[in-house]
Amino acid sequence: MIIKGRVHKFGDDVNTDDIIAAKYLISTDARELGIHCMQTLRPGFSKDVKTGDIIVAGKNFGCGSSREHAPLAIKGCGIRAVVARSFAAIFFRNAINIGLPFLECEEVDRISEKDILEINLKDGIIKNLTNKEIYRTSAFPEFLQKIIKAGGLIEWIRRTKLR
Amino acid sequence: MPYTIAEKILLAHTDKKHIKPGEFIEAKIDLALGNDITAPLAVKKFRSLAINRVFNPRKIVLVPDHFAPAKDLRSANQCKILANFAKEFRIKKYFEVGYMGIEHALLPEMKMVSPGDLVIGADSHTCTYGAMGCYSTGVGSTDLARAFVDGKCWFKVPASVKFVYKGQLNKWVGGKDLILYTISKIGVDGALYRAMEFSGEVIRNLDMDNRLTMSNMAIEAGARVGIIEPDEVTERFVTRYPLPVTRKPKFYKSDKDAAYEKIYEWDVSKIEPLVACPHLPSNVKPVSKLKNIELNQVFIGSCTNGRISDLRIAARILKGRKVKSGLRLIVIPATQKIYLQAVQEGLADIFVKAGGVFSTPTCGPCLGGHMGVLAMGEKCLATTNRNFIGRMGHPKSFVYLSGPAVAAASAVKGRVAHPEEI
Repeated sequence: MIIKGRVHKFGDDVNTDDIIAAKYLISTDARELGIHCMQTLRPGFSKDVKTGDIIVAGKNFGCGSSREHAPLAIKGCGIRAVVARSFAAIFFRNAINIGLPFLECEEVDRISEKDILEINLKDGIIKNLTNKEIYRTSAFPEFLQKIIKAGGLIEWIRRTKLR
Repeated sequence: MPYTIAEKILLAHTDKKHIKPGEFIEAKIDLALGNDITAPLAVKKFRSLAINRVFNPRKIVLVPDHFAPAKDLRSANQCKILANFAKEFRIKKYFEVGYMGIEHALLPEMKMVSPGDLVIGADSHTCTYGAMGCYSTGVGSTDLARAFVDGKCWFKVPASVKFVYKGQLNKWVGGKDLILYTISKIGVDGALYRAMEFSGEVIRNLDMDNRLTMSNMAIEAGARVGIIEPDEVTERFVTRYPLPVTRKPKFYKSDKDAAYEKIYEWDVSKIEPLVACPHLPSNVKPVSKLKNIELNQVFIGSCTNGRISDLRIAARILKGRKVKSGLRLIVIPATQKIYLQAVQEGLADIFVKAGGVFSTPTCGPCLGGHMGVLAMGEKCLATTNRNFIGRMGHPKSFVYLSGPAVAAASAVKGRVAHPEEI
């Protein structure tokens, strides 16, 4: 699967309150949550996002709460992938479980706001079409690949356990 | 093969012969927890599978605590989703308002978790029960939905990092200061995807409430669990209340030659009460350096420091004194039992006479929900666990984190204050 889009660049330790503030957790609807995505850090963020865009961030992305509303809000506002130096553990599993594509990349400092990236999820290669660079990331372990391929944990359960 | 306590508990819940850090495993869980924010999403996902039973209603706990008692119509709806789900699937461990408390204070208090358990909760502070020698960890709503189906969860076995605390703690220094100290030393991702193991003479001398406070904030260093080997304190705790522990406790210990990725050893004799400044729990300074910080609000409560011992410390300082004029003091006991204890011991009397409010259990203000949301420019000292931007209200409000002694002293002074100043 190829994802191509414009970069929205964030720093280190972006937390789940930044991604979606607790006052909006009265909904489980991805679109509604998406409207308020990153509002604290960047007011008007969701309006600025075009479907297919990509978030690029520093270390420990998604730290803080377990709210799955965070990856849902990111998906809901149109972001199609997140690239970060590292991810907080619960965000990591939530993204796997709901099928939000993400990659851990050491070279995020080389990527700038508004760069256009082309991500090949299958082989973990990120092409920066703006500065013509290529970043390689390591593929997910086999266990996670199975969940990702199924389209998330619920689909994986449906296919493997409920037959 | 030698194992750490975290590895032993995980291994005991799989059908594997060996496990090693970094490995992905599927494990059977002893308990799955959800609240009024995370469980509605789990219920939605569970219902999408159209199956008519949950794996084991006795192993599911539902606690409407975040926005409950319902703060508005939409949160009322979320609470109702929990109540209906509990009724439909005969989940007895659903705690309606009146029985409800903050989940991570309620579960240990009600002995719903036992040492040696593997517990998941759709709430990041589920790591709290590590203090009881459990492997308990925060997961997402989809994980919870899956656990409803077959009682299992996937895990990546974390590498373990050991923290050894030595020396004699100063007066007014407790579990909160120890964990803030730890996070300040290693950073908010200093234990990313690791199991933290707290040990040493200082930990052995801590009571269970202080241990729960420490384990509660392991997530603030990025850890999956903050675990403490069970000892006599743990044994006393699990046998103390009339309530029996749900499962027979298993007191796992780390093997002597278990592998740790890193071992930190700190002498904590010299640390004074600490405060985490905006906007990260790692931004920690000693109280003495912050005495010019004026406050609009002090909040004593939460899953971190809303237990009876916290309220006793606060009341000791507030007794016979008044909250500084213009400052709001909000005290929220974490459970109904603690609430009643505080009333019977005269603590509620002290808080109200001091000019504070004393409210029914809820997570409320900790996450900017209700019962003490901050306006633009306001500063709050809270005994909670997170001080992220906008955590308690307006994006331009400021949250400082401390233990209950500093919080109570600061409420009297109207600024960040050392308990010795009172």
